[in-house]
Order: sequence, then structure tokens, then C-alpha cells
Amino acid sequence: MEKRKKKKRSKDQWTAIAFLMPSVVLLFIFVYGFIGWTGYVSFSNWNSLVPDFSFAGLKNYLYLFGDFRFQADLRNMLFFTLLFIALIILLGLSLAVLIDKKIKGESIFRNIFFFPMALSFVVTGVVWQWILNPSTGINNFLKTFGIEPMWYTDTNILAGFRWGEIEFGLPVAIISVVIAAVWQLTGFALAMYLAGLRGIPDELREAARMDGASELRIYRKIILPQLRPITAAVIIMMAHISLKIFDLIYAMTGPGANFVTDMPGVYMFETTFRGNYYAQGAAIAIIMLLVVAIFIVPYLWNNRRADK
Amino acid sequence: MTTTPFSIGKLFKYTILIVLALFFLMPIYVMLITSLKPFDEVSLATMWDLPSTLDFSSYVEAFEKLGPNFANSFYLAIPATILSALLGAMNGYVLSKWRFKGSETIFTLILFGMFIPYQSILIPMIQFLREVGLYNSIWGLILVHVVYGIPVTTLMFRNFYANIPDEMIESARIDGAGFIGIFRHIILPLSITGFVVVAIWQFTNIWNEFLFAVTITQSDQQPVMVALQNLSGSQIVQWNVQMAGALIAALPTLLVYIILGKYFVRGLLAGSVKG
Repeated sequence: MEKRKKKKRSKDQWTAIAFLMPSVVLLFIFVYGFIGWTGYVSFSNWNSLVPDFSFAGLKNYLYLFGDFRFQADLRNMLFFTLLFIALIILLGLSLAVLIDKKIKGESIFRNIFFFPMALSFVVTGVVWQWILNPSTGINNFLKTFGIEPMWYTDTNILAGFRWGEIEFGLPVAIISVVIAAVWQLTGFALAMYLAGLRGIPDELREAARMDGASELRIYRKIILPQLRPITAAVIIMMAHISLKIFDLIYAMTGPGANFVTDMPGVYMFETTFRGNYYAQGAAIAIIMLLVVAIFIVPYLWNNRRADK
Repeated sequence: MTTTPFSIGKLFKYTILIVLALFFLMPIYVMLITSLKPFDEVSLATMWDLPSTLDFSSYVEAFEKLGPNFANSFYLAIPATILSALLGAMNGYVLSKWRFKGSETIFTLILFGMFIPYQSILIPMIQFLREVGLYNSIWGLILVHVVYGIPVTTLMFRNFYANIPDEMIESARIDGAGFIGIFRHIILPLSITGFVVVAIWQFTNIWNEFLFAVTITQSDQQPVMVALQNLSGSQIVQWNVQMAGALIAALPTLLVYIILGKYFVRGLLAGSVKG
């Protein structure tokens, strides 16, 4: 009897594995196999319409690292990601703290901050391109205060110094793209932090209050440390979006003069599908993948161990 | 805590919330008023003004240009959503209730597919689609979205099924139910919320996606987001038409959000790996 049950169980276990197989095979080919193929292309001479898989060594990578446009892309990606994530966390957390305290019209506020997430980056790009257009947009309103920023057409680099081929520093134009991206995704951090705050038992705060701790101290010593895993998840989700960003830039500003708003994702698209430099595009894609993997792989690995 | 109803703190709090709420609504205001103006009224000086008369001609024009692509997006998003949700449900069931040695590793390897920049698989993908004759077709895009949708749908269903107590599975097993029987009679009936959450998430993402759409399809096969982006490529940018187009393209996902927003946020929470 015992033996029969065991036998049945193992038969079911094999059925379970069989059910998982289609997805495993698909992803093995379409994720890992295709990444391998892209890597292979990145070491080839396929830089025209006609495929040419002869070995080029590191040629495409060396070209990119000496290239003005690619250096500008790496700079833009760095500053965009830092500003974007910092603002998302700051705004998301502040709003969550404000909304968490049983305010009137909570659901209205929540919905106003959440709805841009339902939109496409393309829609966001189109709208913000119009709002931040220096001659037609929000400047009409700001003019009355005597300020007229150049927004995404500004070619200045803040605190810039020469490094390699480029001026290294914060490109002013990036701020416009950050505004649009923050508008779209603050709701994500807000939702995560709200769920986190509501998961902290009230007794914890009550106990601290009884001990005479101030509200500020309660936040600093009790609430914020509890929210640390949420912040980690927000950083991971936002970093992987910002490091590979393409559609928002493409719809809103394009590469910009002197490539002040260009990103690797845009360069990859244009050089591969508009310029037919396939090997070069593949090299950009592999570099993008490596940058994302630096964040994601340790995070996924830790999560896996925590599951056991 | 002793706070009077009209404390400074409260005033401060509401001021911040209202200012930020206005900032978040501003693009919608701009879209609405611009799209309702005739072209000659869309100008520097009157950008923030309400239209003098309601003019729906930009909607007519935008819909003439985007209509077929709008339909394409439905042909794409609906089957891709259903198929990726079904695969995700199967995987989530196995990975939460039928774990085996190495299943955690397989799950992590599946999950990694959610984070890769799609640029890193795009060149082989297009070669492959050309090879099998699916390049420049909605079916090609459906295939792509089903495959790359598997990681997130698997994650969501796995998190969802983790809440179904193992004892239920165990007792069904003692009653003689097998792998498929348990899935059909116990798991699926409990999965309705899960399917709603996953379907909303996938529909929104697939509808809004741009990179695959712009590289895999051309002209009459393109989904609505690519057509919207193409509107701005014309000689003179007709902002009123473009804003009307943006609203039309955004409408389905906005409606889904307005009607089922609660599930949308649940999907967001279920789809982010938590530490």
C-alpha cells in the first residue's frame, strides 16, 4: 500500500516536470540560446546587410569604447538611472507616508498617482515632449516668473570635465527625461511602500509611542529599517527599466544634439536596424545585458537561497 | 497624539498632496484640451487655455490614421495574454506545489528572462522569425510576447499558489487525485483572481510595448503604439491630432485601470520579486 502510493506520487512528479518542460525548452532557446547567438554576432564582422560571421575579435567592443556616442550613452545612462531612482524612492516613500496616515480622499490621491503606470512610455513621451518643448510648452507659464529653461534641447553638461571623447557630467537635458519617467513610475514605488507600511503591525508603533519616542524617531528607528527589503525591490525593478530604456527616449527626444539624451538602447536600435551594423548593435546589447546582470544576478541568487 | 483638526501639519500635508496631484494630472489636462482644439488654435499663447469651442475633428483624423493599428493591438494583446497566462499558471502550479530537486534553480533561470534587456535577443529573434516566415506578422509578435511573458506570469502564479495551503493538495492526493485532477478541480477554480491579475498585467504590458513592435512589424501590421510614434514623424507636427491619438492609444489600458485598478496594483506587487 505504502509502496503503491509512493509509486503514484513519483508518476505524478514526472507529469509535473513534463508540464514544465515546454516553458523550460522555450526559454532555454529564446533567452539563453539567443543571448549566446547575440554574443557570437558581437564578435563577428556582420556590419552590413549581408551576414558575415567571420571572426572580428574584440573589434566591435573596442570601437564602441572609443566612440563619442557610446561614451555619451554610458554617461547618460549613469546619470539618468541615479536621478530617476533617487527621485522615485524619495517621492514614493514620502507620498506613502503621507497617504498612510488615514487622510481624506485617500483613494482619489492613490489613483491619481497610480494611473500613469497604465500608460505606454510612448504616450508619456509624446505628452511630455509637448509640455517640455521650450517654445510651446510649460515655458509659456514659467515665463511670467522670468525663467525659461531649455529643457531637453539644452546641450550643457553640468560640472563637466573632459574624459575620453566626451564632457563627463550631468547633461541638463536628461533632467527632462527624468521628469517624464518619474511621472510615469512614482506610482510603482508608492504602491510598494504603501503595502510595506501596511504590513508593519500597529503594535510596534504603539509600543514605541508608549515608550515616549517621537514620530520622527519612530520612522527612523522602526519603520524605515522594516522597509529596507521593499527599497531593494524598488531599486531592482526601476534599475532594470532605466538601464534598458528605449521607448521613452525614442518617443520624447531622440538622441538629441551631441547625444545629450541618447541611451545605449536607442543607439543599439538605430545602429542595428537603421544602419545595418549588426555586429556593433549586438556588442551594445551584450554590454547592456552585462550591466543589468550585475544588479540582477546577485539579487535573484539571494532570493533563491532565501526561499529554501 | 493630540492634533487639532486644523493643525499646521495637516495643512502642510494636504498642500503637498494637492500640489503633487495637480502635477500628476497636468499632462492629462494638456492632452484633453489640446486634442479638443482646432489646429489653428494650438499655439504658443493659448496652450493652457480651454478650447473656445469643442472640436472633435482631431479625434476623427487620429482615428482614421490609427484605427487599423488599434485593431492590430487587440489581435496581438488578447491571444498573447491568454496563452502566456495559461503557461504561467501551469508553471506556477508545478513550481509551488510539485517542487523537485533543482526546481528552485529552474525557477531562478526562468525569472532571469524577465530582466534581460530585449535588445540582447533581438537580432537572433528577427533572424528566426524570418526563417519561419513569421517576420512582419502579428503571429510573430504573439509568439514573442508569449515566450517573454512566461517569466513574469510564472512568478505571479507561483506567488499566488503559495497562498493555497499544501494540506488541500495533500488531502486530494490521499483521495486519489493526480497531478492533472488536482489542477483542474482544486487549483483552477481557486485561480480566478490570479487569472484576472495576470491578464490585466499582461494585457497592459503587451498593449504598451514598443521595441518588439517597431522592429518586428512594418506599416499595416504595426500595433497602435508604433503608429502613434509615426504620427510625430510627419512634416508638420499637428499637436492636436497627436494628443488625440495618444489618448485613443491609451484608452484601453486606462479603462482597464479605471475599472479594475485594484487588480492592477495587486499584479504590480505580485510581479516584483520581494526580498
